[in-house]
Amino acid sequence: MLRQRWWKIVCVILLLYTFIAGFLGPVPALPILNETIRNFYFHVAMWFCMMIFFVISVIYSIKYLRKSDPVFDIYALEYAKAGILFGCLGLVTGSLWAGITWNAYWSNDPKQLGAVVALLIYLAYLILRNSMPDMDKRARIGAVYNIFAFAMLFPTLWIIPRMVESLHPGGLGSNPAFGGEDARMGRIFWFAAMPGWTLLGVWITTLRIRLQLLHDKGSYHA
Amino acid sequence: MILYVISTIFVLYLAMGQPEAMVWKGLFWMIQLFMSVNAVAKSFLQEGRGRLLYFYSIAGARDFILAKLLFNVCLMLAMSAVTLVLFLFMMGSPLQNSLYFVFIAGLGGISLSLVFTFLAAIAARAQQNAALMAILGFPLVIPQLLLLNRVSNIAFGDVLQGGLSSMLLLLIALDILIVVLAVILFPFLWKD
Repeated sequence: MLRQRWWKIVCVILLLYTFIAGFLGPVPALPILNETIRNFYFHVAMWFCMMIFFVISVIYSIKYLRKSDPVFDIYALEYAKAGILFGCLGLVTGSLWAGITWNAYWSNDPKQLGAVVALLIYLAYLILRNSMPDMDKRARIGAVYNIFAFAMLFPTLWIIPRMVESLHPGGLGSNPAFGGEDARMGRIFWFAAMPGWTLLGVWITTLRIRLQLLHDKGSYHA
Repeated sequence: MILYVISTIFVLYLAMGQPEAMVWKGLFWMIQLFMSVNAVAKSFLQEGRGRLLYFYSIAGARDFILAKLLFNVCLMLAMSAVTLVLFLFMMGSPLQNSLYFVFIAGLGGISLSLVFTFLAAIAARAQQNAALMAILGFPLVIPQLLLLNRVSNIAFGDVLQGGLSSMLLLLIALDILIVVLAVILFPFLWKD
């Protein structure tokens, strides 16, 4: 399954379609946002992908705690890294979007701060792992912290920014992700952008996992 | 510990005199934060390997972590009381709703101690490094500190703070979440 080529080609096609339809297609004319609503395919999609990868990572962490298979630990680590990558990209795309619509790349908005805190928590996960040379201990404590970090995502990213006033859509109760687009954009988002970015992340992650597995196999036989 | 608190607050007083409300509030939470890091670090990381083995043989994992959490909560409540008294004594009292702030200080102390206890448990497994616990801990307590800051605004004046009850509930819910997570996850750490 990992070596097959069809889904990678699908991924490339979907992403190409997202880029072309995203930049050339018609979009609803919204006040303030104007053409920048096109960022919807990138910024929102990346945050969704980040959540997906963190969920996968925490599932593998739980699996590792139930049965100490080192493969689960590798999966958890690499998916967490993919989540961090997409989170950083989401932060950058959001910041670029803010530079145009809010006139400031960084405005200490609760949602932005929540996103930075969530990413810091996961970066601390990487630091924690690196501080332990013993493999089993690293895997187990890493798994425990991963679950804890995932649980902390919810207050920082979803609950607090929705409770306070915020420039980002979603402050004080409205929907933080959807509402600016029309049906056509929604179709492109759900059928092209989301699957495209998710498949790209899975592609990168599975390559890294295979590399890591080969590396481990090599070191066992050395 | 108490000496640490007294000396820190005294240095602050020398530096700032008697600051006005917002600065006072910010300084108070900073002192709480550093105090909780130190108090919890000392309580957990001072146990030698021998003593930890002894605990492992006589008590279950859940009981151990609950006991640690409870102990650190009580310790932090005592320390928060001391800090509050010293702050009021040395740095003046811009409080208007004092009882409310006492309650908030207690709640904040409990929240911080819970997070740092669990992190100390993790760090104790990872070569007993106190600096590691601090690195891990600061991002995790930022949401709580943010909430505590907003909630303590009310104690300083009759500011209409929107969504106050939901923020308080969220703080308490966060604490419960951390306790539950700690109780579930600690047995895995304990197996070492």
